[in-house]
Amino acid sequence: MEELTIKINVTDRQGEYHHINVPSDMSMNLMEVIRSYELVEEGMIGICGGMAMCASCHCYITSNHQLKSPSSEEEFMLLDANDVKENSRLSCQIPISIELNNLELIISPFQ
Amino acid sequence: MIKTDILIIGAGPVGLFTVFEAGLLKMKCHLIDTLTKAGGQCSELYPKKPIYDIPAYPEILADELTNKLLEQSKQFEPGFTFGERAETLKKNSDGLFTVVTDKGTVHQAPVVVIAGGLGSFEPRKPTLSNLEKYEGNGVQYSIQDPEIYRGKKVVIAGGGDSALDWTIILADIASEVTLIHRSNEFRGALSSVEKVQSLKDKKRIKVITSSQVEKLEGESRLESISIKTSGEKSQKILVDYFIPLFGLLPKLGPISEWGLEIEKNAIKVNNSLDYQTNIKGVFAVGDVNTYPGKLKLILCGFHEATVMCQYAYRIINPEKKFLLKYTTVTGVSGFDGTTKSSPKTLVKKIL
Repeated sequence: MEELTIKINVTDRQGEYHHINVPSDMSMNLMEVIRSYELVEEGMIGICGGMAMCASCHCYITSNHQLKSPSSEEEFMLLDANDVKENSRLSCQIPISIELNNLELIISPFQ
Repeated sequence: MIKTDILIIGAGPVGLFTVFEAGLLKMKCHLIDTLTKAGGQCSELYPKKPIYDIPAYPEILADELTNKLLEQSKQFEPGFTFGERAETLKKNSDGLFTVVTDKGTVHQAPVVVIAGGLGSFEPRKPTLSNLEKYEGNGVQYSIQDPEIYRGKKVVIAGGGDSALDWTIILADIASEVTLIHRSNEFRGALSSVEKVQSLKDKKRIKVITSSQVEKLEGESRLESISIKTSGEKSQKILVDYFIPLFGLLPKLGPISEWGLEIEKNAIKVNNSLDYQTNIKGVFAVGDVNTYPGKLKLILCGFHEATVMCQYAYRIINPEKKFLLKYTTVTGVSGFDGTTKSSPKTLVKKIL
């Protein structure tokens, strides 16, 4: 089992750093991981349920991982969202996989 | 004043199903919703997304589900207050609740059911330092009466359907319309995108892409805005109105001030019995409530609404005993005079 667990580093909205172990074989996405670890208060993330429709799970990827390019839905939502930067992504659109080991991200302010 | 048996806040799927379940028990419902139509998230956020976990529907589009729920509840003649937000809740000395909306519409009922889902949909605001100063003084997040823009200079920001639609409508009314978008790609109906392109080509409107508004200025009301286009210097343009249309975001809103016990941005209810809140006579069902083991699923909201109606019945009819009846046995008698029942079995002798 251990080889299926990856490590992810998350800086939450209060600036606190979390080093978490995440199973890569449970079809989770990054937003669900953040929620299940309660790194963000319930109701303040994943409001649309993970459909790229609200940007409440907006985050900045600060490591050099090669992620799958955003879908057009995600791109459009990021055009409407606030505080968008070059490395902005919607965490609900990033499926957890073994390749994400040691991913670093910062959760953006709530909007 | 609107009087009803059960006042439902939120006309999403769970609110609509509450109308049906209440109707079976002869209780009449009225619904309040900030949106201008029924369906809640289903019609506002994802109307064309298929849902796969509605019992007996292997697949159903969100807006189809809304339409079917409306159809199912129609016989119980629900009333609607659309486009208004429930602002205050007060319990009167006679035991009735009074709920007043932001537009002043007064509703009264012995039972209030909050089926508010994620909360009321509020406009997403841009992050501009002095935005609040100009709200209502040149900055608008929605357009109610296009006529106020007649002969005015208007800047619209956004790349979705509302930004495109209002650009097209105001092109005929305002003296100047500028559409600003962070990209050069728009996500609206193709016909709207083409219409905006044609208005731009005819120089009836200005379209500034890969840009965003970075500053608002003006003495007491908005007079000018600064626009930053990527790779270029900022430009200042004179405006009367700035209308950012960046979509809607749900917020719990005024409900959180009603004295209800809130946990994790949701309303705590008694799930071992009746889904009642800490205020007797006020229930919460669907995504807006929380309890140990809560699942935010439409189908769970349907169950909660059904159970809740049994207890609402006891409040509204304290003298009456109630026995659960199956619709297969009793059929359904609508308030509109319609009846539905299973066909009688034909008995015929074989000679």
